[in-house]
Order: sequence, then structure tokens, then C-alpha cells
Amino acid sequence: MELTTILFYLFSLITLGAAAFMVFSKNIVHSAFALMFALIGVAALYVLLYADFLAATQLLVYVGGILILILFGVMLTSLGYTFNFKTVTVNLAPASLLSATAAVLLIFAFVTTDWKISEIAEPTDTVYDLGMLLMGDYILPFIVAGVLLLIAIIGAILMSTHLSAENREGV
Amino acid sequence: MELLLAQSVIEPGLTHFLVVSAILFSLGVMAVLSRRNTIMVLMGVELILNSANINFIAFSRFTELSLDGQMIALFVIIIAAAEAAVALAIVLNVYNRFKTINLDDISLLKG
Repeated sequence: MELTTILFYLFSLITLGAAAFMVFSKNIVHSAFALMFALIGVAALYVLLYADFLAATQLLVYVGGILILILFGVMLTSLGYTFNFKTVTVNLAPASLLSATAAVLLIFAFVTTDWKISEIAEPTDTVYDLGMLLMGDYILPFIVAGVLLLIAIIGAILMSTHLSAENREGV
Repeated sequence: MELLLAQSVIEPGLTHFLVVSAILFSLGVMAVLSRRNTIMVLMGVELILNSANINFIAFSRFTELSLDGQMIALFVIIIAAAEAAVALAIVLNVYNRFKTINLDDISLLKG
């Protein structure tokens, strides 16, 4: 058995186990930390798929950015007691039925479809090619994504400053 | 010969990655549907986006999609970052107004 095979099974096990723990854990802080392990496992799967730049981006943006934001959200929206971190679970039977159905149908479709696999040459690193694509074919989506991020930043800042100004008036 | 067959079965191909992403997707759907904490729902959405990304990159590795798939995955990550920032700002505003982030309790359109 090759090393790649062992690593694939190890990291997919880590990803799926952490994701399952995240979904079924009662404590939301435990869920956030399980989400971190799931995201790191996904980054390792990207490395196994020769997407080195995307793996680094995943680690920087998700683990370094979004996860910290989520933890801030958890801390700021609870009243400071640990029992308030616990979350309510509803619709357990219909939700598990629906998601199990979705999983079974997707896996059935993925396994039975005859994918046209073409073996590409193993790229040494993808950063150069991705950069050329980003400045060439994908220049318009690149600029639009920049504008989107600017709008998101302005919107988030506007909402949170409005919040703190309101607080000060109230006090 | 049998050993060769066993190796070809067990070696991770396109289908293996797709199955992993399918299970990840269903776990994300489970989180979105069954949890009533807004932040848990956001985490489920992140799982769903990640499973879509695994699909894109697996297709970029194994089919003719090549680097275009990685490019799409890059834009998905960008949009996920913007979504998380704005959604958490909204959640903080909702918490400030209603003093709860249970989705069933937030039923007013006009605060």
C-alpha cells in the first residue's frame, strides 16, 4: 500500500470524524474546535489532489480567519456562562432522514457514473499557473471579487459601528 | 493478479474523493437543519462549501477541468470569507436586539 493511500484514508477519516463530532456535539465551543480539525483535514485532502496553493489558502482563510470570526461570534453572543453555549437541537428525525437520503443518493450517483478520467501530468507547483490564469482569463471575476470583498468589509463595519453607537446612547 | 486488483480498488481515485465530499455535504445539511443556534447553522454552511470545493478540486485533478477547477474553488473561498464576515455582523446585531440567537425565537421582521 502506498503512502498516498494511507494518507488519504487517514485524512478523510479525520475530516469526517471531526465534522460528525461538530454536528452532534452539544457544546458549541467543542463544535468550533472540531470544525478546525475538519478544515485542516480538507486542506490535507487538497494537498493530496496537487492543489498546494489552495491548501495554503484554506489554512489561512478558513482556519486563520473564518474560524476566529466564528469563535468571536460564540463568545460575543453568549452571556458568559458555559451552559449558555449549549445549543438546541430540533427536527432530529426529519433532518437525519433528509441528510441520509441526500448522502445515499449522492454516493449512488457518484459511484455509478462512468467518469471520463484523463490522467494529467503531475504539476510541480500550481502557483505560477494560477497567477497567470488570474491575470489572464479570470481578470474580470478577480476584480469583481475584490469589489465584493470591499462591499462586505464596508457593510460589516457599518453594521457593527451602528451597533456600538446605539449602545452608547442607550447607556 | 489478485493483489494488483486489491491495490487498484483501494487506491484513492476520483470516486473516493467524491464520496468523502458527499458525506461532508450531508453532515453540513444535518447541521443546518437540526441545530437552532445561528452560529451552528453558519458552521454547517461552511461544511457544505468545503464539500463543494473538494468536488471542484477532485475534478480538476482527475478530469479535463484541470486548473479551472482550482480557480473556481479559489473564488468559492473568497465568497465564503465575505459571507462569514457579513453573517456574523448580522448575528451580532440580532443578538443585540433580541438577546438570543435561537432561530425559532427570531420571528419578527420588524424589530
